[in-house]
Amino acid sequence: MSEKKAILRTEGIGKYFYTPVKFKVLDGISFEAYKGEFLTLVGKSGSGKSTLLYCLSTMDSDYEGKLYINEEQVTGKKADELAALRNNSIGFIFQFHYLLPEFSCLKNIMLPALKKQAYSYEEIETRAYEKLKLLGIEDQALKPASKLSGGQQQRVSIARALINDPDIIMCDEPTGNLDSKNTQIVFDTFKKITSELGQTIIAVTHDLDFAKASDRTIELADGKILTHNKTFQ
Amino acid sequence: MKVKNVNIDIALTHIFTRKKQTIVAALGVMLGIAVYLFMNSLSAGFTRYSTNEIFKNSAHIKLYKEDAISEPLIPSADTGQLNVIVNPQILQESKKLINPQALIQQLKQYPFITHAIAQVNVDVFYNNGKSQLTGTANGVDITAADAMFNITSYMLAGNLHDLQDNVNAIVIGKGIAEKLNLGLEDNITITSSQGVNKLLKIKGIFSTGNTFTDQSKSYVNIHTAQQFAKENTTYVTTIYANTNNSDRAIQYAKKIQPSMRYKVEAWQITNADVLSGNKVRSTLMGAISLSILIVAAFGIYNILNMTVMQKLNDIAILKATGFSKKDVITIFVTEAVIMGLLGSVAGLLMGAILIAIMANIYMGPPAGYFPIYFNATIFAYSFLLGALVTFCAGYIPALKAARIDPVEIFRK
Repeated sequence: MSEKKAILRTEGIGKYFYTPVKFKVLDGISFEAYKGEFLTLVGKSGSGKSTLLYCLSTMDSDYEGKLYINEEQVTGKKADELAALRNNSIGFIFQFHYLLPEFSCLKNIMLPALKKQAYSYEEIETRAYEKLKLLGIEDQALKPASKLSGGQQQRVSIARALINDPDIIMCDEPTGNLDSKNTQIVFDTFKKITSELGQTIIAVTHDLDFAKASDRTIELADGKILTHNKTFQ
Repeated sequence: MKVKNVNIDIALTHIFTRKKQTIVAALGVMLGIAVYLFMNSLSAGFTRYSTNEIFKNSAHIKLYKEDAISEPLIPSADTGQLNVIVNPQILQESKKLINPQALIQQLKQYPFITHAIAQVNVDVFYNNGKSQLTGTANGVDITAADAMFNITSYMLAGNLHDLQDNVNAIVIGKGIAEKLNLGLEDNITITSSQGVNKLLKIKGIFSTGNTFTDQSKSYVNIHTAQQFAKENTTYVTTIYANTNNSDRAIQYAKKIQPSMRYKVEAWQITNADVLSGNKVRSTLMGAISLSILIVAAFGIYNILNMTVMQKLNDIAILKATGFSKKDVITIFVTEAVIMGLLGSVAGLLMGAILIAIMANIYMGPPAGYFPIYFNATIFAYSFLLGALVTFCAGYIPALKAARIDPVEIFRK
């Protein structure tokens, strides 16, 4: 067990909602996510699983407790530092694709990398093509994002999440809007990402089949961790 | 399209995919800038015209003997005697400038003085039969005066230079000629306030466009004027001087004053009323045109605000994938600046066309062509102001976009 590397760690994360009344959504959440792990968060509506994901994502910094990514404390950093951290280390996949409609699929994938500026424009373009190939939609590269089908759009957004080779990929209901065929494609891709590329996936989902097939599932209820089933091998 | 900076790349993509909105916003700025440029050029043209009107009669700098006021209190020399208290009064002193030629030479030594002439002004009555008009006869060396005031340019009839070395000649204003029913080569009787009577021959008639001046002013030989004042040939009441830059006359006058025992007055002081009128007009036109420009800026503000509202999702995902507040602000301000620059350049062009058209409209004498002209400073100001206003108009929606909380958008 000792060789497992914790990529993300939380210490007693708690969060309040203030409207309409003060209400504790998250209460003392402590867990670790390891390198190369496919972790799912499940729970009923209102259990706080999405709220937890947004705290982990660093987009929501209004919580108590502490969050570490790569053993570095993230809690308390400035907004610009957090933005740079997200750019470098975290990829996002949502229920809806959130692609920019004016840009081609290729350009949508390239944007986070263009922001990071670790590579030249041509290199980024080549890398974006590689990601598209990985997801099997390289033939759609130059189409405007709005002209693709739902499943294809979601695959483009997965490619966008992967472009900067982040340590963690966070997903909020990644298959919530997809048919079973596309769900299978996404699932297989996630498996490939974690086992072959060693990246960590933390996904919030309603889909219990999807959760069962993951490496580990954390179930939340009323803002607390209910069960840690299926341990990560 | 391949642009180095990703923020500018996104801004350009927004601009190109929304050509119509960009054009509408740019058109608004164009109109604003064009009107601003046009109205301010007009105002500057009017100011220049009225200043030129002033310089028909007065020089940049005037040197004269100021009226002295008597001391209100004469303290007693010894204690026990009475102090004398009198009402302050103008002292009856001669207005004569002592050694005027030396004064003129002294003035001409300043590098910024271009012309300097001596003048004798006497109050006179113009008589023809029973009709009588009051006015001022200006005794001048006519060649020097012409070089300074460009009198030739507003002569209606006759020849100004007949005054040179002719003590029996006079050049009168158009109003005097009309009221006394006189023409060229007619005789006119002049009575000075000192009681001197002279019969002079009219050698020229001028029209300045100012009714009051035309009904009271005349030019005579300086020696004639000295005779009217019952004074000798060294008698001079005023020295006029022109400088190389009329706008700096006040500073120049201050520079000269310490070395002179007489009052040195810049034209801005003498004509404060006209200048304040100019100032009011400039302020008024500036305020109107500025408000038009601000209305145009609201167009940009509106369109960008709408863009931000429509692009909440895009902004949220950009922020999620690592674009900072500064990046988001850069994107939207760039869009505003591009719209503003397009509009400003088009506005300058349109303003220039309007100015060119107006400058070719003939108004008839005495104004001549419409007093509007190309002024590089106003062009520069209009451009800068346009850039500034559109920057501000873009900054507010940009700030709003930067403050969007992506979590709120994703949770919907």
